[in-house]
Amino acid sequence: MIEINKVSMLYQGGKIHALEEMSLQLKAGEFLFLVGPSGAGKSTLIKLLFREQLPTKGEIYFEGKDILAYKKEDILAHRRSIGMVFQDYKLIKQKTVFENVAFALEILGFSPKEIQQKVPKALEKVGLGHKENAFPKELSGGEQQRVGIARAIVKDPVLILADEPTGNLDRDNALEVMKLFENINEEGTTIIIATHAWDLVDRMQKRVVALSSGKLERDERGGYTHE
Amino acid sequence: MNRYALRYCIRQSIQSLSRNAWLAMLTSGLIAISLIILGGFLLVATNVNQFIYTVESNVELSVFLEDGVDAGEVEGRIINLDGAVETSYVSKEQGLEDFAVAMGDPTLLRDLEGENNPLPDLIRVRVEDPEQMSVIAEVVQQYPEVELVDYGEELVARLMQITSRLNSLFLVLGVLIALGAVFLIVNIIRLSAVARQEEVVVMKYMGASNGYIRFPFLMEGMVMGWAGTVVSVVALGIIYRQLTAAFGQDSLILLFQPVTDIQRLLPIFLGLMIVGTLMAGFGSFISIRKYLRV
Repeated sequence: MIEINKVSMLYQGGKIHALEEMSLQLKAGEFLFLVGPSGAGKSTLIKLLFREQLPTKGEIYFEGKDILAYKKEDILAHRRSIGMVFQDYKLIKQKTVFENVAFALEILGFSPKEIQQKVPKALEKVGLGHKENAFPKELSGGEQQRVGIARAIVKDPVLILADEPTGNLDRDNALEVMKLFENINEEGTTIIIATHAWDLVDRMQKRVVALSSGKLERDERGGYTHE
Repeated sequence: MNRYALRYCIRQSIQSLSRNAWLAMLTSGLIAISLIILGGFLLVATNVNQFIYTVESNVELSVFLEDGVDAGEVEGRIINLDGAVETSYVSKEQGLEDFAVAMGDPTLLRDLEGENNPLPDLIRVRVEDPEQMSVIAEVVQQYPEVELVDYGEELVARLMQITSRLNSLFLVLGVLIALGAVFLIVNIIRLSAVARQEEVVVMKYMGASNGYIRFPFLMEGMVMGWAGTVVSVVALGIIYRQLTAAFGQDSLILLFQPVTDIQRLLPIFLGLMIVGTLMAGFGSFISIRKYLRV
């Protein structure tokens, strides 16, 4: 599904190597943790996959297509096929929970009828069916992140990219969120999570790609650190 | 955009305006204030021009005749000249009487009546445009029946100078104030867009096209701008009405007749509405541009 070939990302005229000759392959339906210290290149990789940035060098294929050659409209279509989850949730404050989730479908041009059907299902899945009329400020951090996840899954994406999704949550809420990702993955959605949360990674025992100073250090199933 | 997208965009604009009501009202209020300043200036400029025009059109040409000429025949020739609007004949007897009245005692100049009357017969000429004054004066001066033509050259020249300077001043000030108003409106809208930049970024991340993101902002900007223009036009209308009523009652300012002709006021009010609405829309459009680069 995803093929990254010798991708390098340099900042400040080549002084900073965010990624160096990085290669990675991912099959559809996989669950992958990107781990490593701050500045290791995790977020850069997420941004490249989301086509928010272009690498200095290398190739990235998504479902067989060269995403680096995408035109403006292709980029929009690419982003629409991916569910994105952020550390700071990025919910729209002025919209209710329902509207925040519905918004993802409105952009895709779904009919009001379809939206009325799909949004409650997505909210049920994340356990927030009863809070659809609440505004984000009325929710806890864990709940806000679950709305973020509902917004990502409501459009049935093939891939979910999450950048530090538990970074602002306490341990219990973080665990809840990770369980949600696991459930979503079990239904067939590919998931890539960039995280620092070593305890959760250890607990989940999924494929772990460890980065250090922009280089791939380890790629195996297991915990946060090499055992 | 498919057929639902437009509906979502419109609904989103309405929703966002109602949920950001305070910000929207503040924005509209500030737009209204900047337009009141611009509109107030335009009204003052229009009225000053009107005042000068009134003064100018009251300036007359005085044609003093030689003794014993046919005044009616000279009057006929003058009225046929280009730019001459109206003539009135003042005989030397009438002139003396008017003068005596002006001096405050009708009996004062009794000794100068009849044969002793030193005043010449006079034809007063009103012209269409003060600029034609000197041309008409020159032509009439050539008539053999005419002794002297007087039209207060200095006053007319001074008035023309003032008019031309005022017009230049109003043009420069008008452009500056209009630019200021546009700058204000665009920046007020920009501030309201900054308050919502996060929303734009989220929309971008979710794959919304620039058009889809811009449309509600454009609509909201125009609605806020329009609301601001309505407030400014109503406020200006009320203030102007009060002021013109006050001036109308004041007999001391006889020459000043405020402009109340709707045909001259309408372009100002309509112009304010169009400028306010379009500028606010334009402001929204360019304000969110930088947040679209995600």
